[in-house]
Amino acid sequence: MQMPKTNVTLPNVVNTATKERKKKRYTGVTIVYVGLIVYFIVIAYPLLWMIISSFKSTDEIFTHSWSMPHTWLIENYVTAWKSGISSYFLNSVIVTGASCFLTVLVSALGAYGLSRFEFQGKAFVLIICLGGLMLSPQVSLIPLYSIIQKLGIYNTHLALILPYVAYRIPLTILLIRAYFLSIPKELEEAARLDGCTSLGILFRIFIPMSTPILLTTTILTAYYTWNEFMFAIIFIDDDSLRTIPAGLMQFRDALQTDWGYY
Amino acid sequence: MLKRNKLTPYLYLLPAFAFLLLVYIPIFQNIWDSLYEWSTFSPDKVFVGIDNYVHLFKDPVFYQALKNNILYAVISIIFQVGGGLIVAAVLEDKLIRKFSPFFRTVYFLPVVVSMTVIALLFTFFYNPEVGLLNQMLKMIGLDSLAKPWLGDSNTAIYAVIAVSQWQSIGYIAMLYIVAIQKISPELYEAAEIDGANKFKMFFHITVPQTKEMTFVAVILTLTGAFTVFNEPYILTGGGPGTSSEVLSTYLYKTAFSKDMMGYASSIATVILIITLLISLVQMKAFKTGKEDA
Repeated sequence: MQMPKTNVTLPNVVNTATKERKKKRYTGVTIVYVGLIVYFIVIAYPLLWMIISSFKSTDEIFTHSWSMPHTWLIENYVTAWKSGISSYFLNSVIVTGASCFLTVLVSALGAYGLSRFEFQGKAFVLIICLGGLMLSPQVSLIPLYSIIQKLGIYNTHLALILPYVAYRIPLTILLIRAYFLSIPKELEEAARLDGCTSLGILFRIFIPMSTPILLTTTILTAYYTWNEFMFAIIFIDDDSLRTIPAGLMQFRDALQTDWGYY
Repeated sequence: MLKRNKLTPYLYLLPAFAFLLLVYIPIFQNIWDSLYEWSTFSPDKVFVGIDNYVHLFKDPVFYQALKNNILYAVISIIFQVGGGLIVAAVLEDKLIRKFSPFFRTVYFLPVVVSMTVIALLFTFFYNPEVGLLNQMLKMIGLDSLAKPWLGDSNTAIYAVIAVSQWQSIGYIAMLYIVAIQKISPELYEAAEIDGANKFKMFFHITVPQTKEMTFVAVILTLTGAFTVFNEPYILTGGGPGTSSEVLSTYLYKTAFSKDMMGYASSIATVILIITLLISLVQMKAFKTGKEDA
């Protein structure tokens, strides 16, 4: 507001004022950059340290924590792989793969029912889905533990897959439903006139047209199941059936100090 | 719609429903269970009414755990929501924008690394003798500050909370970046013409314009703080003593180490009530938000 006024009467003052401003701005930007870089180091250094240390021997990690490895021990990975990671990895792949497939399939069926049909109790079903989003797994831990034992699936892959799918379905259904709602009705009607059944419409029109959301939900589910920890340590007792997060804990307890294996 | 079997939609929803039973049955089962005294190995359930709750509300460990959860929530809101917003605002500023994709990616990295791995990594960082944190403090001459971070009952819970902040600030910042990008640039241009500085713009444009996201972020961090399990379980196991116990780890210990299933169920009910309260606030606020718009 005051700038134009001074501009007319005292050009010199303005000149120094803008210079001052620019100077101020540079110091400001520098301070911000220093902050950003410090935060960058705080985040990146531990991750980098972890990768570098994975090539060191246990002794070296303790004695020369900061330096580069004396010799890069690729054997660490081989040892880790042989002493159990391979089976944890396989278990994680099985559990994640099965959970993703089931979650997306069951949710796509449910979302189709919710988005393309009018029926009694639709609002209720939506509320059930929304409610499922808000319940945390901790609350149902103990009953789920007894249910799994009663079903006779305790200590099997199914003991993880079934709860994972159950907990991922609410979010996945809602996401896929929103996408299905945007698919034009005309396509469906045309297919119906050609004699396509409703199941055929789902698999020939809706699913192929929804690959982006199906991929997104698959990734979200995979991320969740791959890293899930609490169910993984409780519902599986047998070391050979553990997934990676639970297995790593086992690793720490069994080998205690072999840090290089991480 | 042509003639259709009335049952068809129900058939499509049937499999999802079957799975959702696994989510809903345990919730009610849990409340029921909390009225009994029982363990996994003895088949008898003894009805004790609200005894478990009476004990729980006299249990100092329960209050310790609850206090730690509240501490978790407060610190997480300050650092993740507050810090996340500041980081996002800085990265979206046009003076920084050139490098912001780089910083953004790095800041987001911890989110994709599994908490198990992060927690194990930090157990090493906090190690009293060889841990990098203490070595660093010694290097800059602050020997007196070096301590067994996870082994000291005064610092354990803060050390655990710090790890969660380290992982999650990037996530909240990412949410805010999306929200800030939606703000019309004209608002900032107008403010600049009026001679507003960056701080003024932040408080008068960025903060109010991202109000909705702040709300989502607060709900997310609150729910996260009251259900946190992995970090305290892996880093300290609730110790030393019970100093870093949170509700979930206490629940886990009571159920699976002490085998007091009924008592553990009553802890679970408390977690349920807390999360439901948060959800209620969320739903209510969402409704009023819609009316405003």
